[in-house]
Amino acid sequence: MEETNKINETTKKDEQTSTQKIGIYLWIWLLLFVLSFFSYMVDWYQFQGMLRWSLILFFMFLKAGLIMAFFMHLFWERYALVNVLLWPMTAIACFIFLMTAEFKYTVFSRLFYFVVGGA
Amino acid sequence: MSEQKIDGFELKPGFKGMASDTGSDQTMFKGVHWGKAMMWIFLLSDTFVFSCFLISYMKGRGSTIVDWPNTSEVFSLYVGGVPVPLLLIAIMTFVLITSSGTMALAVKYGYEKNRKMCGWLILATAVGGLTFVGMQVFEWSKLIHEGVRPWGNPFGASQFGSFFFMITGFHGFHVSIGVIFLFIYTYKVFAGHYESKKRGWFTKMKGDYVEIEILGLYWHFVDLVWVFIFAFFYLW
Repeated sequence: MEETNKINETTKKDEQTSTQKIGIYLWIWLLLFVLSFFSYMVDWYQFQGMLRWSLILFFMFLKAGLIMAFFMHLFWERYALVNVLLWPMTAIACFIFLMTAEFKYTVFSRLFYFVVGGA
Repeated sequence: MSEQKIDGFELKPGFKGMASDTGSDQTMFKGVHWGKAMMWIFLLSDTFVFSCFLISYMKGRGSTIVDWPNTSEVFSLYVGGVPVPLLLIAIMTFVLITSSGTMALAVKYGYEKNRKMCGWLILATAVGGLTFVGMQVFEWSKLIHEGVRPWGNPFGASQFGSFFFMITGFHGFHVSIGVIFLFIYTYKVFAGHYESKKRGWFTKMKGDYVEIEILGLYWHFVDLVWVFIFAFFYLW
């Protein structure tokens, strides 16, 4: 039993040496530079309103996705690990939703009592 | 990265694979080094910490009735008398992405047992991280000099300073810890600890280049967090 375990352990280590081609890393690297440049340009050209926010979010999620998928190898990991990592993000989304309602209420109260002067 | 054969167990792809991996009465993360799984769990918890900071920033900024400082002006640098918006932040972003790229290549060369390339690339990553922290020190001292404090600032809503110092400070702290570990691992790689199978950190298990991937996960996470800080704090 001990012997087979040892063999498994060594085969495990040997197989872990398989890597991706260098081209994919260089491409992702270049893409990250380009996307960062674009998101900087959003500020440079002073886009405002919905256009600004949607562009910021678009470039942000694209960059985050590329880093996680390729630099952090999630694209090649088994779903058992990927899902354990990604589903908890829904809790963050819920928290954002709750706090959005909260700050809207707070700013409403402040405007109502401090600026308007109450009922 | 972790596709490999496990004796007596059929690795299925996709969600079917997830179901059979999880219900196998064996280790759940098949072929994933325990250190790597633990680093991922740590990064997940760290994600929640940074999310809480950014959500509290959203709440603070959303609920103030005073105008938020214009970050594009606050973080501008004067080049030849002309203000360039967010210049330092843009350079910091590019430096961090550069170091993220060199780290990704270091992991690749590590797995290929290319000791020299791996070592030099980790060293380059460490230098990139150090540059980033240096620029952050410059940014902080500039803002402090201009009168930005956690309780107030001359540009607008007084919450700005506390969120700025808290969020970028915590991120900078992560970068600093990362830089220290990058230098340690530069030494470990150049000294050939993974060829001589010297033991790793806090463990009796023999060292292996998988440790470089674990270090890489941490470093990419630092870059990942910066992507969100850059978008929400500086650009929004």
